[in-house]
Amino acid sequence: MLQIQNLYKTFQRNTINEKTIFSNFKVDINKGDFITVIGSNGAGKSTLLNLISGAIQADEGNIILNKKDLIQLPEHKRSKIISRVFQDPSFGTSPSMTILENLSMAVNKGKKFNLSMGVYKENIPRFKEVLSQLSLGLENMIDTKVGMLSGGQRQALSLVMATISNPDLLLLDEHTAALDPKTSERIVELTEKIVLDKNITTLMVTHNLHQAINQGNRLLMLHQGEIILDIKGEEKKSLTIEKLLSYFDKIQDNQFISDRLLFS
Amino acid sequence: MELWLTILEQGLIFGIMTLGVYITYKILDFPDLTVDGSFPLGAAVAASLLQSGINPFIATILSFGAGALAGGVTGILHTKLKITNLLSSILVMIGLYSINLRVMGKANIPLFQEKTIFTNDLMPIYIIAFITIFMKICLDLFLKTKLGFLLKATGDNPKLITSLGIDIGTIKIMALMLANGLVALSGAIMAQHQRFADVGMGTGVIVMGLAAIILGETVLKNIPFIYATTMAIIGSILYKASTAFALKLGFPATDLKLITAIIVVIALALRYKDIKLPWRFKELLGGGSSATNTESI
Ligand SMILES: Nc1ncnc2c1ncn2[C@@H]1O[C@H](COP(=O)(O)OP(=O)(O)OP(=O)(O)O)[C@@H](O)[C@H]1O
Ligand SMILES: [Mg+2]
Repeated sequence: MLQIQNLYKTFQRNTINEKTIFSNFKVDINKGDFITVIGSNGAGKSTLLNLISGAIQADEGNIILNKKDLIQLPEHKRSKIISRVFQDPSFGTSPSMTILENLSMAVNKGKKFNLSMGVYKENIPRFKEVLSQLSLGLENMIDTKVGMLSGGQRQALSLVMATISNPDLLLLDEHTAALDPKTSERIVELTEKIVLDKNITTLMVTHNLHQAINQGNRLLMLHQGEIILDIKGEEKKSLTIEKLLSYFDKIQDNQFISDRLLFS
Repeated sequence: MELWLTILEQGLIFGIMTLGVYITYKILDFPDLTVDGSFPLGAAVAASLLQSGINPFIATILSFGAGALAGGVTGILHTKLKITNLLSSILVMIGLYSINLRVMGKANIPLFQEKTIFTNDLMPIYIIAFITIFMKICLDLFLKTKLGFLLKATGDNPKLITSLGIDIGTIKIMALMLANGLVALSGAIMAQHQRFADVGMGTGVIVMGLAAIILGETVLKNIPFIYATTMAIIGSILYKASTAFALKLGFPATDLKLITAIIVVIALALRYKDIKLPWRFKELLGGGSSATNTESI
C-alpha cells in the first residue's frame, strides 16, 4: 500500500555540516497497518515522516502510495490523501476559529474550497457525534474558539480533524509528547480507536515504549536512518518491554563492538 | 454640520481602504505596504479613464481591478520568488510610483469637468455610504464561505492550510489581490470626491489604515457581537474626526502625518501592555485579536 524505495536524503549537501540521514532506505507497509516507530534522538523518525508528507523533498527514491508515486508532488497535494498530527497541539487547528468552523474545514479536505458556505448546519449532528466519542465534552462547545481549549483538548480535536476526511495515510509524530501522562494516555487510546474504526494506515512515532508495544500491529526501530528492528504479527503481540530492552542492549553492544573495531 | 459631513464622507471612503488593510494586516498577518502605491493607482486609473470619457462606474470598477493586479504582483514576488513579505510589498510600492505617473501622464489630474460617480442628484454621502456598506457586507459574507475560512486560517495557522491540501501561496495571492483591489477602489472614489488625483496621495495610507483599525478596536472592542469590519469602518471615521480635531486645535495640515504616526505608536504601545497578560486571561476579558471577532455580528 505504501512502498518506500531507494530513498536518499542528505542535509546541507556540500557543506562541512553535510549529513546523510537516509541512504537507500526502503520499507513496505500494508493497508490498515498501525505501525509504531521508535528510535533514539536524531534517528531520523521525523525526517522520515517529513519525507513521506513532502514537508522535506527527498534527493532520490520513490514513495508509492496506492500505486501512485508521490515523490514529485508538493506537500499540499500529498496532503489531500495524507494527514498529520504534530507534537505541538497548536499546529493542527486554527485558534481564532470555532470548533465547528475548524471541523467544517477539515471535513472538506481534498475537495474544493469555493464560495459556498463555510459551515453547513446539516453537518453539525455528525460533528457532535464524532466529538462525543472523545468524551471530553467538546460536543457541547462547538461554538467555542479553539484557542480557548487546553492542549489535550486541542490535540484530540487535531486528531479528529486529521481523520474525519478518511485519509489514506496518517502520520503521527510524537503527538502526545507535549501532554501530561494521563492526557497522553487518553489521546493514544483515542488514536487507536479512531485508527482501527476507520482502518487508516498509520505511522506513529513515539518515545514511550509502552505505547510502542501496546499499540499497533507492527513496530519499527530506526537508528541512524536505518530500520534496525522490524517486529510484526504474533511476535509484535507477544512483545514485552524486557524483550525490547534486550534488543536495545544488543544494538548498543554491536555499536560498541564496531566502534572498537574501527578504532583498534 | 458641513465639517461633520466631510468627516463622515472621507471616513467612509477611507473605510474601504481600511477594509483592505484589515485583510492583510489583521487576517493575513502580512505587513503590506503595497497599499501606499495601490491607493493612488486606483485614483490614477479612475482619473485617466474619466478623462477619456468612460462611464465613471466602470472606471471605478476597473480601478479595483488595477489594485488587484498590484496586490497580485506583491503576492507573486513573495510566494513564488520567496522575497520576504515586507520587501515584496515595498518593491511593488516603489514600482507603482512610476507606473502611476505613467498612467496619469503627469503628477496630478484635476477632475472638474469630468463626469464622476457623484455627477447626479444624489448627495455624495449616500453614494459613498452605499458603496462602503456594500463592500463591507460582501467582505463579511466572503469570510463566511469556505474560501473565506481558508483566508482566516492562513493568518492563524499556515500549516493547517497545507494540511488541508491547499497551496498557501494561492490563498496569500488571492488575499493580497482582494485587499489592494479595495484600497484602489477607495483611492478611485477619493479622487472623484476631492476632484483630483495626485501621485503623492498614497503616502502613509498604510499607517492611516492601521490607525483606523486600532482606533476602531480600542473604542469598540467591548461592544458584544460587533463585526471587525464594522470596527474598521467606524475606526476610519474616528480617525478622520481626530485629524479634523487636530486641525481645529491649530496644528498645520502638514503635521497630520506625524500626528497619525504618533496615534499608531501610542495605540500599539498600549496594546503591547495588553499582550503581556497571560493570553487565556486576555481571552476571558473579551480581548483577543481582532481576527477573532470576524465571525461575530
Ligand atoms: N533541516 C535539517 N538540516 C540539517 N540537519 C537536519 C535537518 N533536519 C534534521 N536533521 C538531522 O537529521 C537527523 C535526524 O533528525 P530527526 O529530526 O529526523 O530525528 P528524530 O528521530 O525525529 O529525533 P527526535 O527523537 O529527537 O525527534 C538529525 O541528526 C538532525 O540533526
Ligand atoms: Mg522527531
